[in-house]
Amino acid sequence: MATEILMPALSPTMEEGTLAKWLVKEGDTVSSGDILAEIETDKATMEFEAVDEGTVGKILIEEGTEGVKVNTPIAVLLEEGEDASAIDSAGGNKGGDAKTEVKEETKAEEKDTVPADSPAASSPAAAAPKPPRTPDWPEGTETKTTTVREALRDAMAEEMRREDNVFLMGEEVGEYQGAYKISQGLLDEFGPKRVVDTPITEHGFTGIAVGAAFGGLRPIVEFMTFNFALQAMDQIINSAAKTLYMSGGQMGAPMVFRGPNGAAARVAAQHSQDFAAWFMQIPGLKVVMPYSAADAKGLMKSAIRDPNPVIFLENEILYGRSFEVPVMEDFTIPLGKARIAREGADVTIVSFGIGMTYALEAAEKLAEDGIEAEVIDLRTIRPMDTDAIIESVKKTNRCVTVEEGWPQGSVGGYISNVLMQEAFDHLDAPVINCTGKDVPMPYAANLEKHALVTTDEVVEAVRKVTYK
Amino acid sequence: MATRKTSDTGPAKGSNPAPKGSNIPAEELKHYYREMLLIRRFEEKAGQLYGMGLIGGFCHLYIGQEAVVVGLEAAAEEGDKRVTSYRDHGHMLACGMDPKGVMAELTGREGGYSKGKGGSMHMFSKEKHFYGGHGIVGAQVPIGAGLAFADKYLENGRVTFAYFGDGAANQGQVYETYNMAQLWDLPVVFVIENNQYAMGTSVQRSTKSPSLWERGAAYGIEGEEVDGMDVLAVKEAGERAVAHCREGKGPYILEIKTYRYRGHSMSDPAKYRSREEVQKMREERDPIEQIRQVLLSGQHATEEDLKAIDKEIKEIVNESAEFSKESPEPALDELWTDIYAKEAPQEA
Repeated sequence: MATEILMPALSPTMEEGTLAKWLVKEGDTVSSGDILAEIETDKATMEFEAVDEGTVGKILIEEGTEGVKVNTPIAVLLEEGEDASAIDSAGGNKGGDAKTEVKEETKAEEKDTVPADSPAASSPAAAAPKPPRTPDWPEGTETKTTTVREALRDAMAEEMRREDNVFLMGEEVGEYQGAYKISQGLLDEFGPKRVVDTPITEHGFTGIAVGAAFGGLRPIVEFMTFNFALQAMDQIINSAAKTLYMSGGQMGAPMVFRGPNGAAARVAAQHSQDFAAWFMQIPGLKVVMPYSAADAKGLMKSAIRDPNPVIFLENEILYGRSFEVPVMEDFTIPLGKARIAREGADVTIVSFGIGMTYALEAAEKLAEDGIEAEVIDLRTIRPMDTDAIIESVKKTNRCVTVEEGWPQGSVGGYISNVLMQEAFDHLDAPVINCTGKDVPMPYAANLEKHALVTTDEVVEAVRKVTYK
Repeated sequence: MATRKTSDTGPAKGSNPAPKGSNIPAEELKHYYREMLLIRRFEEKAGQLYGMGLIGGFCHLYIGQEAVVVGLEAAAEEGDKRVTSYRDHGHMLACGMDPKGVMAELTGREGGYSKGKGGSMHMFSKEKHFYGGHGIVGAQVPIGAGLAFADKYLENGRVTFAYFGDGAANQGQVYETYNMAQLWDLPVVFVIENNQYAMGTSVQRSTKSPSLWERGAAYGIEGEEVDGMDVLAVKEAGERAVAHCREGKGPYILEIKTYRYRGHSMSDPAKYRSREEVQKMREERDPIEQIRQVLLSGQHATEEDLKAIDKEIKEIVNESAEFSKESPEPALDELWTDIYAKEAPQEA
C-alpha cells in the first residue's frame, strides 16, 4: 500500500519549514537511509532521509515551497508492484484523515503555547502586531517586521562594527552559524578572531571570557542554552559579578552572557527552566529578559555597551516571532526601564519575556468582559523598574504577576514584597503570582502543558483580585 | 613535542652553592634577597597582626614560597600580567604593589587596595597588572588564560602568569583551560606552585599522577619542573617560559616545587605533617638563606650590606603595619559603592 511521506519535525520547536530541495524525483527507487530532500527551518538546513523502501510515486510539495507545516504529506511512496493508481488511495481515505488530524493538533498546540493574538512563530503570513505604546522610538519612525532572532543578530553585528573589542564566543557560534541561528552570518563578516567557536567547556570558556573582560575586551558569551550556564555559575557569580566590588572599583567584567532560557518544547527537566529569579538575586549582575524583537535589539545593544556583566535571557520559542523594529541608525533601549505594553485601569499585570504572551492574551480576554488590564513588561529584571509597577498599582490597586519560573523565590514574589512595603495602602487585594508549577519540567506533552503557566490561570487570577 | 625537566627534586642542600650565581651581578642578587626578605618579614608581621585581632577571616601566608614569585617577576617585563589564588600577598609585593596598601587591606581599612572591601584573598592593582587575588580554588586559571586571550587579541606582546597550587591542579576547569589555551596559542604561563599540601591533603593523597606539569602533555603543552626553593632556577625557567609565550608558541607550564612553612591558613591544626619535616625544609632548603649564602660566599655582599637591607625591610614592614592600623575603617557609604560601574573601565 502506498505510504505518505510527511513533513518531518527536525527540532523540538519546529512547526513548519521550507522544502528547499528534492534530491529524488518521481519514479526513483529509494531505500531506507537514502536522502530524499533538504529541509530548511529558521534554525538550520537539514537532510531528510527515507525510512521505508519503495518508489517515489508522486511529489506533492514542490521544492522551494515555504511554510510547509510539520506532518503535511510531501510525497507518496509506492511499494513494489504498486502503480500510480495507488496514489489516490493514499491521498484519499487514510491520507485525508491524517491531514485533518495534523491540522487540529497544530492548532491545539498553538492555542496553548502561542496565544492567538500574539505573533505566532507558525504563521509568518500573519501581520506582526503593532506595539500598543512605543515610547522607545520617535513617533513616525519607519519600522520593519523583524524576528527576535534577526534582531539579536543585528544588535550584535552593529555593536561589533562599532567597537573592535566586542567579540562573540561560545559553542557553535561560528561555522555552524549558531545552534539557534542567532549568530548567522557573523563569522563571515567578522572572521574567526571575533566569532570564536569554543569546545564544549562552559566553565572554562566562561572563565576565559571573564579574564578577557578584565583584560580590556567586551566579550559576548553565548550559552547554547542557559541550562549549560550552570556549569559556569562560579565564574559568572564569583568572578564576573563580584570583582568590581572586591577590587574597590578598580576592575570589573563588562560583558554579556546570553542565550535561550526557560522552557522550550518537549525537552524535559534539564533543558526547560527559567533562571531569571536565580540571577536576579546577585548584586553586580544586570539581568535582561526581553519579549519583543525591538526590545531584544535595543536592550542587547545597551547590554553590550554596559560596563557591567549583563545576563541576557532569550527564549527559544520567541526567536521565530516577528515584531516591528524601528529602522534607526542606532536604536537602543536603556536597561532598567519597564514598558507599559497596554494601558488599563482595573488591574496591573506585570510580566517579562515569554510571560508577556500570557499576560497580553489574558488582557485581551478580560477586555471582552470589560476588565481593562494594564500590562507592564519589565524587560530588565535587575535593576528592576519597581517605580513603574508602583505607579501603575496606585492607579489599579491590584496586581498579578506572570512568569514561567518556579513559585518559591520567584520574580513575582519579590514584586509582591516590594508592593507590600511600598504600596500597601494602595492594594485592594493580595497580589497573585502566576508562575510555572513547582515541579521539574515533564516530557509528556499533556503534563508539560500543565507545568507551564497558562493564560487561563492569569485570567482567573485577575478575576480573583478584581472580585469579578 | 618536547617537554623537559630542568632540575631534579634533589635539593641544593645549601651546603656548597658557591659557584652558583657567580655570573650574576651583585645588585641583581641583592635584589632577590631584598624582595624575598620583604615578603617574609611582611608575612611574619601579618601573622602577628592576625594574632592581635587586627586581621580577620582567612589569612594565608606565603612564608617559604618567596623564591617562586621573586624569580618569576625577574623574568617578567613591564605590562605582563599576573593572577593568583588567595595566597596572594607575596605576588602583590613582588610585582611592586605598595606594602602599606596591602597591609591596610588585610586590616580592612580605607587605605587598602580594595578600600577594605576585598581583604586578604581579594586584592587587585590595575596599575601593576595584578588581576587578583581569587578566593575560589582554580577559578583564576581560566581568568589568566582570558587575560592572555585579550593580549593576543590586542596584539600587545604581553604574557600572563596564572598561578595556582597543587590543590587547584585537580580542578576540572584547569584542564578545560589547558585545552583552549593550547588550541588558541594563548601567551600564558601556568605556574603550579606545588607546596605539596592542598590544605591538609598531600599531593600523594590526592592523585596517583603526582607529576603535575606532565599532565599538560595530554594537551600538547610544554613545561618543566623547577626547584622552587632556588630563586635563580626559578628565574631561568621563567625566562624560558616567557620566551616560549612571547614567540607565539602558546602556553607553558612551570611546576615549581616549593614548601609553605606555615599552616594553610591561620587556623591550621598542623596535624597532617610532622614538625620535623617543616624544620628540615627550613634548615636545608630555605630560599632566602640560599641566596644569602650565594651573596656572601661569592663575595657579592658583606654581612654589613645584608644587615643594612634587613634594617631597610624592617622599616618598610613596620611602616606598613603602622599605616594599616592608622588608616580609618572605610566610610559606611562604601557599602553601597562599586557594585555597578557607571562607565567602562579603562585598560591601563
